Amino acid sequence: MKLSVADKAVFVGTGNGQHAEGQESVLFVHGAGMDHTVWLMPARHFARHGYNVIAVDLPGHGDSEGPALTTIEAMADWLAEVLAELGIASAAVVGHSMGSLVALEFAARFPTHTRTLALLGTSTPMPVSDVLLDAAKTDDRQAMEMANTWSHSGPGLMGGHKSPGMTLYFGGLRLLQRTEEGVYFADLNACNLYERGAERAQKVACPALVLIGDEDKMTGPRQASKVAEALANARVEALSPCGHAMMTEQPNAVLAALKSIV
Amino acid sequence: MAKAPFEFDTLALHAGQRPDAETGARATPIYQSASFVFEDAEAAVGLFNIERTGHVYSRLSNPTNAVLEERIAVLDQGVGALAVASGQAAMHLAVATLMGAGDHIVASRSLYGGTHNLLDYTLRRFGIDTTFVDPRDPAAFAAAITDRTKLVFGEVIGNPGMEVLDIPSVAAVAHAAGVPLMVDATFTTPYLCQPIELGADLVMHSATKFLSGHGIVIGGLLVDGGVFDWAKSGRFPTLSEPYAGFHNLNFSESFGPAAFIARARREGLRDFGACMAPTTAFHILQGIETLSLRMERHMTNAERVAQFLTEQDGVASVNHPSLVSHPDHELAKRLLPKGAGAVLSFEIKGGREAGIRFIEGLKVFSHLANVGDAKSLVIHPASTTHHRMDDAALKAAGISEGLVRLSVGLEDSGDLIKDLKSGLRAAAKGGH
Repeated sequence: MKLSVADKAVFVGTGNGQHAEGQESVLFVHGAGMDHTVWLMPARHFARHGYNVIAVDLPGHGDSEGPALTTIEAMADWLAEVLAELGIASAAVVGHSMGSLVALEFAARFPTHTRTLALLGTSTPMPVSDVLLDAAKTDDRQAMEMANTWSHSGPGLMGGHKSPGMTLYFGGLRLLQRTEEGVYFADLNACNLYERGAERAQKVACPALVLIGDEDKMTGPRQASKVAEALANARVEALSPCGHAMMTEQPNAVLAALKSIV
Repeated sequence: MAKAPFEFDTLALHAGQRPDAETGARATPIYQSASFVFEDAEAAVGLFNIERTGHVYSRLSNPTNAVLEERIAVLDQGVGALAVASGQAAMHLAVATLMGAGDHIVASRSLYGGTHNLLDYTLRRFGIDTTFVDPRDPAAFAAAITDRTKLVFGEVIGNPGMEVLDIPSVAAVAHAAGVPLMVDATFTTPYLCQPIELGADLVMHSATKFLSGHGIVIGGLLVDGGVFDWAKSGRFPTLSEPYAGFHNLNFSESFGPAAFIARARREGLRDFGACMAPTTAFHILQGIETLSLRMERHMTNAERVAQFLTEQDGVASVNHPSLVSHPDHELAKRLLPKGAGAVLSFEIKGGREAGIRFIEGLKVFSHLANVGDAKSLVIHPASTTHHRMDDAALKAAGISEGLVRLSVGLEDSGDLIKDLKSGLRAAAKGGH
């Protein structure tokens, strides 16, 4: 679905569903350098079950016009504009990695717009190592390779994709490589700058789920658990074996977990 | 370009497979089952609607085949792959996924005879035309591209002329026109050549050859590099517009970089049905496990045989890119640093009759229509693989009546050279 937000073209995946008044809504927010396609399977599931699915391409990602936003707060505000444009009052908000920070900030800023919250592969703060940040600034292709390697569990690096015939490593890498130059650095930098997540988490009262990959090297299980502890009403689920790229490493388990909160 | 987190030899043994969760089996089990039980009714709907992963029916996917598909995709640096019934099926599946009646292909004119048949005869009947061009002339590829062109195609090493395709240059002209480049990498395998890294978008293999490596199965593999932007090109409605045959699924919108391979499975494999048997996939996996070791030996033997042939009075010319005399020698050194394949051709003095006497004088080389076996093979293209081509087409493809093609195997190279000497003696003897 194509929209216009602040005079910029925006793409929103609907999971091949139709939006309708009176339906519950679910808002998906992708991570750094990604786009709405990471939510393919849950988007299609919830669309079939009669939800308004809003799988956004953040500005500068996928088919949404740039430039990329440079702070998590700006991305959260932008999500509110998207919902307003769609005439949707509230949604279950699901975010992965950088998207989990955006979802958290959105839930803190707009509690009445947030029915429930699901944070996948999360951590706050979400510091990005100097090595990765510097690489992204000078050669984002190299940074993508580094981050993509760190995003997979030990078994995942060797493969075993649950979608027949697909590759975990190159599948993730090719998606990252589609982003325009500078976007990946902007995303990583936004994650790195966002330091008030723990404080913002205390403002979130809605039911929440924190989904953890037991081999997540980007946002470790301990850091993710701390996010859950800071939330008033959060439940934790751990996936195993699973790295940061949980929607491709454990798609069926991710869907099962989301069904319990969306 | 991207490098996988493990080296090639490790990936050739492990990529795509984990020890079986139920039994601990280390080898990839052969899942000889036509279909797979659904967890429950909701899971069944989810599988059909691409909400969850799993297997439904072995025409669409199979756990053994999935390991092979993922392994070749990783070795070729792709987002995904499909295992199909043959190399011909892989070629057809790629074409059928990308285009329909009224569309057009630009192809190298130095191709496997089966591919030539498909492009020059059969697909024309279905409204898909092909323009054949000199594989050594990227400008000729560019000039032949029209508004209807949906694919540029060539073999990494032409068959049987042994022309090396300048993949980066041909990819550049294809991409400038918004068209993908697919290469047939059967002769080189991912061990010798990484076409996607060099600029190709799609790769196909006849896995019957060096990948399986022992001449025991027929199979094909189609790899999607995930690097071509189908929606941006504007030429591919099958990938960038809603597909009524799958509830208006838009493959680019839904699968992003994996749009091509997703449609190839969900339409092409579903509807044309040229799937691979799981036992075949198992055999090909066994072959890939030793691919590096075998290819090294293939290269050593092929280069020795090529050099030997250049020194024989009964041989008019030898075609192998490892030879300094080959027009693509420098290009081969750049694109194929580990070797230029184990298939070579040569022109025997004395024409057709000498060629037949040569083949019949061999004891170690087997006369048959195949390449890439562990055993050494020999064939006379003009009377076998390319027999449907008329004289002009043969000439255009660089095939003369005296051309002999060898696929050099893994035997002792001294024994191979002795055998070739016998053949050359037989050829010369009959000529007097």
